[in-house]
Amino acid sequence: MLDNLEAVARRSAPAVQQWAVRGVADISEDLTLRQGVAQAPSRSRDAGAMVTVVDRGGMGYAATSDLSDAGMKAAFAQATELAHAVAGKTVFDYSQLPVAAPQGSYRSPVQKPLGGAGLKARLELLAATNAATKLDERIVDWMATLWTIESQQLLVTGDGGRAEQHFSLVIPNVQATASVNGVTQTRSAHGQYNGFCQQGGLEVLDRAAFATDGPRVAREALELAMAPQCPSGEMDVILMPDQMMLQIHESIGHPLELDRILGDERNFAGTSFVTLDMFGSYQYGSELLNVTYDPTRSEQLASFAFDDDGTAAERQFIIERGMLKRPLGGSISLARAKTMRADIEGVATARSSSWNRAPIDRMSNLNVEPGTSSLADMIASIDHGVLMRTNCSWSIDDSRNKFQFGCEYGQVIRNGRLAEVVRNPNYRGISATFWRSLAMVGDASTFEVMGTPFCGKGEPSQVIRVGHASPACKFSKVAVFGGEA
Amino acid sequence: MSTTRKDTFEALAQAVCQPTAGTDRVTLYLHAEDSDFIRFNRAAVRQATHVTQGFATVAVVQGSQRIEASRSLTGRVAEDVAALLSDRAELIASLADVPDDPYLLLPDEVSTSSRHETGTLPSPEALVIAATAAARGLDFVGFYAGGALVRAFADSRGSRHWHHVESFHFDWCLYQQADKAVKTAYAGTHWDADEFARRMATGAQRLPLLALEPRKLSPGAYRAYFTPTAMNELLGTLAWSGFGAQSRRTGTSSLSRLEHRDAQLHESFHLKEDTAGSIAPAFTAEGFAKPASVSLIESGRAADTLNSPRSARQYKLAANGANAQESPEALSLAPGKLREADVLAALDTGLYVSNLWYLNYSDRQACRMTGMTRFACFWVEGGKLVAPLGVMRFDDSFLRMFGEGLLDLTDTAEMVPESGTYRERQLMSVTTPGALVSGWKLTL
Repeated sequence: MLDNLEAVARRSAPAVQQWAVRGVADISEDLTLRQGVAQAPSRSRDAGAMVTVVDRGGMGYAATSDLSDAGMKAAFAQATELAHAVAGKTVFDYSQLPVAAPQGSYRSPVQKPLGGAGLKARLELLAATNAATKLDERIVDWMATLWTIESQQLLVTGDGGRAEQHFSLVIPNVQATASVNGVTQTRSAHGQYNGFCQQGGLEVLDRAAFATDGPRVAREALELAMAPQCPSGEMDVILMPDQMMLQIHESIGHPLELDRILGDERNFAGTSFVTLDMFGSYQYGSELLNVTYDPTRSEQLASFAFDDDGTAAERQFIIERGMLKRPLGGSISLARAKTMRADIEGVATARSSSWNRAPIDRMSNLNVEPGTSSLADMIASIDHGVLMRTNCSWSIDDSRNKFQFGCEYGQVIRNGRLAEVVRNPNYRGISATFWRSLAMVGDASTFEVMGTPFCGKGEPSQVIRVGHASPACKFSKVAVFGGEA
Repeated sequence: MSTTRKDTFEALAQAVCQPTAGTDRVTLYLHAEDSDFIRFNRAAVRQATHVTQGFATVAVVQGSQRIEASRSLTGRVAEDVAALLSDRAELIASLADVPDDPYLLLPDEVSTSSRHETGTLPSPEALVIAATAAARGLDFVGFYAGGALVRAFADSRGSRHWHHVESFHFDWCLYQQADKAVKTAYAGTHWDADEFARRMATGAQRLPLLALEPRKLSPGAYRAYFTPTAMNELLGTLAWSGFGAQSRRTGTSSLSRLEHRDAQLHESFHLKEDTAGSIAPAFTAEGFAKPASVSLIESGRAADTLNSPRSARQYKLAANGANAQESPEALSLAPGKLREADVLAALDTGLYVSNLWYLNYSDRQACRMTGMTRFACFWVEGGKLVAPLGVMRFDDSFLRMFGEGLLDLTDTAEMVPESGTYRERQLMSVTTPGALVSGWKLTL
């Protein structure tokens, strides 16, 4: 769908200081099978381009799905008009931006192409998974879903840059709701909001154990419906990777976004307790905490070669041995930040949700690196605590400090052993101190690649795909509580 | 040609929504906009964007089989017609692979509706001049979104629905220090530069109070007044799974206890889905005409549910204009008797909660919510605003807060339009009075 975009862009571009055209073409399919009934399959083809113009110190964007010569010329004219309208009234003299001229390409690793199985076969797979989830009459709702996306992105710039990237994304889920004696509980494969989401082809379904996971999900829903409430009190917790992903996301990722630190998001998504002066000197967590921006893990949801402003992506430590090193900021925010602190460094993570939104600072793949502890050793180290799996509730203040998170599934740890299952496990804390209570980090055997397709932020609002990989982690002296009797 | 024009949509509908071999019914749903987005930080422009977009969904139905495909439109009619006809042909060919859907429900009636409102909106240049001038010397951060917005539906049986508005939504914060700010909104269809300047000035007048040392509160139970903006957050969270027939039938609704009469809200609590009094379209993406209103809570007791066509068929209910997610688009809470001018006196000592933030359930079955205070919240003593509050977390049951805890609602309801612009500008709103509540539980 973007075959002619580069040629059209180059012959449509006006004489301005800098310009770029970023085309996005997505083909997706959404399948849902609930209680044995397939809902209408939904397909989508979405193609368009965002034009960026920098001129007279101003910057303007214009988005269009008319990729003809006339459409592109109209978008260039609108972007130029906006650049001139805001010139002299912007947060930064955009004529000072470094030139972007990316050269290269990226393609998701795919073993089994998404089109390899027909619609009928895909629906039959969902039907079999869904049927296996209905263990007995106490399962009152059960669902299997499969969302697949093929995305082509092409960035061309007036300085000769060209970056072409092809992404193949697979997002499966299995969910069961059990009701026992008036208690209703929902369990999902790795989160009701698609915590398991990866790049690849249909082999992602194998990695998700999609075909065989239904009985496990239903069995655990039943366990929860018959379980007592999570105990309350200060205790040690072990967070498994499908909760760690949320913990990383909310209390490391968002506060380190450079545009929040610069104040851009204060009207909506919020600010940050982190300030520019903290990089290089602030102990964010215990010495066990190592966090990377890692666009190179090929199966992870937000791996890529270039961000949407054309900056080449390289793996970097964001936090190393607990020390805060660099923010999540793309080229524009970095240029602004350098006027305040010249030695600040960022990462290639200016991204947009699609062709109709301008790039802003986002998380991409943000991971906690594995440590050396086995899960067995972590459990054995706890006299009284709770192991928690799978996020289902999240809330944090607008400076990304005071948080409260809830999980689907809890299991009491007593005298170094896993004990009874508990429902509604919740915990709360403060980001600025929580990561310093990181007491053990799981080894590679506990490491799992998770993510979310639904990270919201920005004005205009954008939902973007983010990857989070993590081992299991132990935190000491956490405020834990359950639900109401 | 813009996809927000009615003649463009009619040309697409005429071509695509024809009786076609291999299908009983063809439907076309359009959502399109022509928008200016301008975001500001520190009284200057951060990003200025113009977006022209239109998305059309073609669905084909044969018996109880249905399949749909969406695509972005170019705005060039001949090309879009060809693409949509291609989609239609592919869908018809795929119907053979689609199982029967016993819960498929489509409108029996052929219906039409039209709402076409034009507005007076500022040019981006004028908007930037007005905002940067009014914000001079202030730590101003905000976001303007405005332009034409369309929802439209057609089918091969002759139904036609059209909803077009030209509107704007501008909200901004004036920051005093750290996370302390006055948030203000100005939304409508006819831009008035004087009104914008007046609202900016009114917000600035409240800044000195935010400069005072913030009051630090201990966890505990407090008397609190929630502005309509804060109420919007509470009701918006309730809308997340609270009212849908599916969530009620599967026991996952946050209002299951209300439905089972295990709990009751205050008798002055009357809540409805009020499409007629809102900015939402009067039709659904499937072509159902929406009723003027659906009562959801009456005198504190559960009333009707939002029934999507699918739930209606599955649970043998009447469909009542709900979307597929069964989420409300035009919630309206009836006002009470407390005069706006008497709010602080009635509160006496407690919290004036202007804004809440990032709400979620901590125990969905118990309708227990958690969230944060934000922006300009104040400690009140003797009916006077005394000091701003440091941000605090609450964790409390909505059923308690608006059951035994509800003291009064203000006598005027305010419409709070949805300001989110995920994928597109929105037409949802919540209309609500303010509320005075006792024993609100703060935890951190």
